[in-house]
Amino acid sequence: MSTDTVMAYDEALAKFEPVLGLETHIELGTASKMFCGCATTFGAQPNTQVCPVCLAFPGSLPVANRAAIEGIIKIGLALNCTIVEWCRFARKNYFYPDMPKNYQISQYDEPICINGHLDVEVEGRTYRIEIERVHMEEDTGKSLHVGGATGRIQGADYSLVDYNRAGIPLVEIVTKPVEGTDVLAPEVAKAYATELRELVRALGVSDVRMEEGSMRCDVNVSLMPRGAKEWGTRTETKNVNSLRSVERAVRSEIERQAAILDEGGRIHQETRHFSEATGTTTSGRSKEEAQDYRYFPEPDLVPMAPSREWVEEIRASLPELPAARRSRVQGEWGLSDLELRDVVNAGALDLIEETIAAGADAGSARKWWMNELSRHATVQGVELAELPITVEQVARIQALVVSGDLNDKLARQVFEGVLAGEGTPDEVVAARGLKVVSDDGALSAIIDQVIADNADTADKIRSGKVAAAGALVGAVMKASRGQADAARARELILEKLS
Amino acid sequence: MSITRDEVAHLARLSRLALGEDELEHFATQLDVIISAVARVQEVAADDIPPTSHALPLTNVFRPDEIRPSLTPQQALAGAPAAEEDRFRVPRILDEEA
Repeated sequence: MSTDTVMAYDEALAKFEPVLGLETHIELGTASKMFCGCATTFGAQPNTQVCPVCLAFPGSLPVANRAAIEGIIKIGLALNCTIVEWCRFARKNYFYPDMPKNYQISQYDEPICINGHLDVEVEGRTYRIEIERVHMEEDTGKSLHVGGATGRIQGADYSLVDYNRAGIPLVEIVTKPVEGTDVLAPEVAKAYATELRELVRALGVSDVRMEEGSMRCDVNVSLMPRGAKEWGTRTETKNVNSLRSVERAVRSEIERQAAILDEGGRIHQETRHFSEATGTTTSGRSKEEAQDYRYFPEPDLVPMAPSREWVEEIRASLPELPAARRSRVQGEWGLSDLELRDVVNAGALDLIEETIAAGADAGSARKWWMNELSRHATVQGVELAELPITVEQVARIQALVVSGDLNDKLARQVFEGVLAGEGTPDEVVAARGLKVVSDDGALSAIIDQVIADNADTADKIRSGKVAAAGALVGAVMKASRGQADAARARELILEKLS
Repeated sequence: MSITRDEVAHLARLSRLALGEDELEHFATQLDVIISAVARVQEVAADDIPPTSHALPLTNVFRPDEIRPSLTPQQALAGAPAAEEDRFRVPRILDEEA
């Protein structure tokens, strides 16, 4: 396989303007499949969630899952789409072993949701991504390619197909062409995928796990020379399975196309595959002939006509959406735009909100998650939510700080203990003997020793330089291994030296 | 002719049907008769009559989201020409890329 020449990103953007398009597939988290009652559990044994309908046995007939239709209407409404008053399913005919029917039930020229938008923010600027359509279809089976060098479809001797995934409700969300992103095209693409994932997750209609394939992005990129009006030929990159990959795929496609166009070459309209390993795209399977899906209205399913009452009922049931929620917490927690963005990017919004619900104040909840716990997460290379500590435990540690049983320094040791699996915060406090020493007797003895050891400083304080007390408080904290109540120690020092 | 021999050859290829030259001619003639007959409907269809896709005057036929029993892998694979590791075994899908 030849390596494509690429143009440096900055140079590519100096010469060309990118136009993006994103097609996102989302598997809905319904209990049963789109057109039959088979379960949809991820990772089940092969061909244990199949029946005559999803295996296309002769005589079987599909019936649409009401919860899936409700799910797609939720997504459409959250994306500010119009929900059409009447539409049909369509047959998309193609011959491929991942669809046992030799067609996929989809929607063609009558999608259920049309004309929406999703606003995303990149570097302080808002980009409105227009949504062309959101339509309902079914997922395909999974193939395992056997033989050949790489387990890829090319060169395989034969393939093994598991139809558990065939027929799982699949929503496809298609944007209109996105112009005007300029050098931020990769970031805007990633921000869109991120915001869409957050939105769908908030709706509770899918687990949107890119690593498990319940959310998949296809990224269309074309370039046109600066100042041109006409869009260039686009490529469609598939197999983009993480948010970071969305960004990388756009960037690498821009660099590749720019090099070809700059040398007077021509872009082939084709499907390309993204490689996580190299961060670049390679040409996908070449099509023997132009795609000819021969769409026609699905005769086995009657039309859908979502009543306005039903649509309004669904609209009223929508939860608080991410954008509204962010602006609410920003106000409630008193965050700057930058602080809010940090919290969102760290994936800490839910955690902080739940910690507050568990009893902590907003400032402390944010402080622990964004500083102490973020540090641990970075060291361990995991997401914040994956740390082995619950929001209740974080709130409990903060409660011990508020009650004066712990200071921040001791609290950090409790976090360390809980994360190391030493037990609950109270167990760690007991086992490690972490308690603020505020009883005057114990403190007094430590202070007397510190005064004796620091006679010069003590003299300064006696002569009125109260500021010097800080040094003695520091010495007391050190002598008590952090367990002294600093405020009480200060009072006692000043009392003794007045 | 309302359908050409080339169009029949194209459809045959999409449907993975290996039709010989004789068959292409034969089916093109037959399909032409069928399509011509059906096309007569267009003569009576006015602009105010939308094309019919479903004979029943029904909309919104849905099922509740409830799990029903599936087949066992043995049942599912019983009619498969070839199976391996509880999966349907199918011939090579794509030829080696050039």
